[in-house]
Amino acid sequence: MSGISRRKFLTCTLVGAGATALSLKTDAFASAKLEGYPDSMGVLVDLGRCVGCRSCEAACNREQNLPAPAQSFDDQSIFDQTFHNGQKRRTDENAYTVVNRYEPAGTEKPVYRKVQCNHCNEPACLTSCFVNAYTKTSEGAVIYNPKICVGCRNCMIACPFNMPAYSYSSATNPIIEKCIFCYDTRLKNGQPPACVDICPQQVMTFGHRKELIEIAHERIKTNPERYIDHLYGEDEVGGTSWMYLAPAPFEEIGFDTTMNNEPIISNVKDFLGTVPMVLAIWPALFTGFHLLATRKHDIEHHGDDHQKQKEEEKKS
Amino acid sequence: MKTHLANQGKVVDSHKRSADGAPWTLKEKLLLGMTTQQYIVQAVRNPFNWILGLIFAVGLPLIAGRFFFGLSWVTHSSNDYPWGLLLGFGLFAMVPLSASGFMLGTTVEIFGRHDFRPIERLALLNGLLGYLFAVIYLLVDLGQPWRLPYPMVVSFGPAAVLFLVAWHVATYLSVQVAEVSSSFFEWIGWPAAKKFIREITVGLTVSGIILSTLHQGALGALFTYAPGKVHPLWYSASFQWLFFFVSAIPAGLCMVIAVSTIARKTMAWRCDEEFKKNLDKLTISLAKGASMGLVTYFTIKTIGIAHDNEWGYLATGWGAWYMAEMAFGVLLPIAIFAWAIRNKSASLARVGAFMTVAGIVLNRLNTALITFNWRLYQEIPHWREVIISLTIFAIYIVTYRFILYRLPILFEWKEEKVFVPETVAATVRMNEKYQGAPEPVGTYRTTD
Repeated sequence: MSGISRRKFLTCTLVGAGATALSLKTDAFASAKLEGYPDSMGVLVDLGRCVGCRSCEAACNREQNLPAPAQSFDDQSIFDQTFHNGQKRRTDENAYTVVNRYEPAGTEKPVYRKVQCNHCNEPACLTSCFVNAYTKTSEGAVIYNPKICVGCRNCMIACPFNMPAYSYSSATNPIIEKCIFCYDTRLKNGQPPACVDICPQQVMTFGHRKELIEIAHERIKTNPERYIDHLYGEDEVGGTSWMYLAPAPFEEIGFDTTMNNEPIISNVKDFLGTVPMVLAIWPALFTGFHLLATRKHDIEHHGDDHQKQKEEEKKS
Repeated sequence: MKTHLANQGKVVDSHKRSADGAPWTLKEKLLLGMTTQQYIVQAVRNPFNWILGLIFAVGLPLIAGRFFFGLSWVTHSSNDYPWGLLLGFGLFAMVPLSASGFMLGTTVEIFGRHDFRPIERLALLNGLLGYLFAVIYLLVDLGQPWRLPYPMVVSFGPAAVLFLVAWHVATYLSVQVAEVSSSFFEWIGWPAAKKFIREITVGLTVSGIILSTLHQGALGALFTYAPGKVHPLWYSASFQWLFFFVSAIPAGLCMVIAVSTIARKTMAWRCDEEFKKNLDKLTISLAKGASMGLVTYFTIKTIGIAHDNEWGYLATGWGAWYMAEMAFGVLLPIAIFAWAIRNKSASLARVGAFMTVAGIVLNRLNTALITFNWRLYQEIPHWREVIISLTIFAIYIVTYRFILYRLPILFEWKEEKVFVPETVAATVRMNEKYQGAPEPVGTYRTTD
């Protein structure tokens, strides 16, 4: 059939709309912006104080019941390890936090940097997850539900800090493994995480994120010679719950300083915004094309347009 | 098969053996009109089957091993490269090559270009199989594939691009099954079902366009989550989805040219005269579409670089790699197509099509794998992952061939209805005295 009756047109449009209506809810939250929780807790990490004792790694290992490490936590030779052309150690399924040593130019002492999940205000992992396995709690922790995770690992792609790790070795129940701010065992009850608690140098300060920002700027102001004038994590990717003060330029001690202050999801919004438009415009656009293209065909072959219309009216 | 035909064997192309003969049984239809023994003999004689057998002998145990020993057994378990070859090739490259279904569906059903009909079904099938196998690659790569329906039924993450991809690919896969099913209904002999599909064709096609626009784009948008990881030359927050969508158009069209070329060469017995007669002409027409797509793609890629002011990167090593991708995957095919169209050379257009297909695959691999983490280090896939990718592709080829051999894709199914001459509307010579009166209308039948 090259012609199309009105009823058929409607049926077809409905089928088209029906097939896509299911996906309309895709964008219900697309443009919603997480404001961040006002009473969110955080940790201020003063890297100038860290001596690289790795007791935080050991405490984390105990608290999270992780397997015993291949090399003991007192073993300082671990700082010499590099992987894939000079990559430093990173978090994985057996270690949610890792300390690395850096020797930036112009400093006598090495600088140690502790990494773990930074618990973003607007986490990329959370926004990229298609089963909503992540939750940003009001206390500030980004936690994860292993029971619904499908294992697409999109969160690992999205995380600007490369923090989530995957337990690839499990055949039956591989899950994402990352720092959860000791949420279940400590943070929920208002206690600081295990690594903060154990630190002998008081590198880390646990408190309300807002107050930590004030403390950090106060420290920079009182000792400008000891700190780089920047609080890493205050604004990066929309702000993080864990923030860093450093005695040496951030880019020289492994931080990514090219990050935008906009949360990661803002890069994706351009696309998410077009989705409902395509859903709304395309059906009419292409059914319209169909009518335009095939009606011409009818005119050429089966008499004048007016006549054709009459026929259709008679039929319906 | 050649031997079978040489021995006066018959090809199954209708329900009945001959005009008044007994109908083919399902078993005979499956065995292509041969006896079981003949079928086995011809299968063993074919050297290509030996190559496939070798791939399966190595690859299938590896796929089984992945489910017993975990992903760490077949991949490098990289936490920095969570998506490896299985997705970089299997998902991100297979999907654009499968855009053919909606492209040709639109051409024939929406724009009413019925001259493309001989190749429409091949394009639809190519779309369906491409998507199906993209999902199979995904199932092998997912940590917990048995949870694949979770985003549909258990827990929703509606703000995620992948949520959209999952829903759209699932819906589109069903749409494509419906589109291809009419040839299955012809083959199995169920005209009522075919008629039903026929009636909802325009609806199916339009929803196909919508779903394709969005999820082809969404696959690109997935990378906008990783602004610091994908190299800036392959990244664009604003246009990434358009790059992926627009490049899928020449990719899909060129894949049809590529597959039809292979089918014409390796299974000529299965192609009917209509297909053979029209193929060269259609190849040129498809090449025209593909070259327009490529020119547009090149233009918007250049605009993308200008928009983010990334000219400086072109002078680096990555820039050279980028320009090589553009030169061999986009510009050279454009030149070849231009020459081929001007000189009406279908064989040259085929060369251009194969190059375009390779160019798009390279682009997806570059985005997902090669330039990903450009500031960290290069990931070389594990050999088991490479073999598994190859094995799934071999299964894809076998499935493709199985269907092309049987269903009326490359040939028209000879219906057993009473023969009615094809569609000419009744024309009546006009008498002067009837001038101005409504033209008499006769019932007419169109081929469907």
